[in-house]
Amino acid sequence: METESHIVAYKTLGLVLGALLVLTAVTVGASYIDLGWMNVWIALMIASTKAGLVLVVFMHMKFEGRAVVWSFVSTVLFLAIMIGFIFWDVAFR
Amino acid sequence: MILAGSWIHLPTSQREPELTVQTDQTGKKLGMWLFLYTEIILFGALFVLYAVYFARYTQDFIAGAKELDRVFGVINTIILLVSSFFVAASITAVRKDHKKIALAGLGGALGCGGIFLVNKYFEWGHKIALGIYPGAEKLVDGPAGQNLFFGLYYVITGLHGLHIVIGMTLLSVSLVLVQKQKITSKNDALLDNCGLYWHLVDLVWIFIFPLFYLVV
Repeated sequence: METESHIVAYKTLGLVLGALLVLTAVTVGASYIDLGWMNVWIALMIASTKAGLVLVVFMHMKFEGRAVVWSFVSTVLFLAIMIGFIFWDVAFR
Repeated sequence: MILAGSWIHLPTSQREPELTVQTDQTGKKLGMWLFLYTEIILFGALFVLYAVYFARYTQDFIAGAKELDRVFGVINTIILLVSSFFVAASITAVRKDHKKIALAGLGGALGCGGIFLVNKYFEWGHKIALGIYPGAEKLVDGPAGQNLFFGLYYVITGLHGLHIVIGMTLLSVSLVLVQKQKITSKNDALLDNCGLYWHLVDLVWIFIFPLFYLVV
């Protein structure tokens, strides 16, 4: 069976948890520094990095085949188009 | 296909047992992901709503975020990250046939979920005691942006809390099935899918936390 290679070591999971906690501390710290409109984007970038770690390691995305990977990418693209068009609509009313 | 019953009378050596147990691990997982995409769009749409109103009422949103207690936000973030680790570890444990670790992981994740909900109860309770709740006079008569901020706060964290309750139910079912040896290293699709759901709930919180608690 191919399941043998799908086992993520406890140590890897622990390291990812450590990275997620560090990133949480970073995002809290960054919020105390006033960077104007940049603050929101920095917070979103850190959140996206954390989400990526959870997806790739905890949710085993790195072991998934093309069907799951590309359908996921399509969903994110769809969300991006939805967000883009809504802002486009709101901005030119 | 072999007609039902026709092969049963054959000697064991001539049966083809792999035909009798049909599991489609890939299909089960893809099905779960398709469901998760609908969840992503559901929360995604609410985040768009947040983003559009944030752009229009930035100062009101910042004032609203200042009224939320950061400590609750940070503690709940840590709790959910740890719970996700517990669930991921329990999946590794099941695949390695470490039943006790798997049970401990699921139990730990359930405990984390419970603490999260208790925190949420105190957090909401405190806000409601201060007169900040949907339809409250203080919000309705106050600045429109703050009314929107707290409306979104209750809808998004409420929907997320409901997902925590559903996720805890799924994890409890998994825990019982691991205990009964119904979920094993050879048959772990259900645990995998429950784990995916729990991680998605964590993913949503990863975005809720900075948007509601850290906007200053």
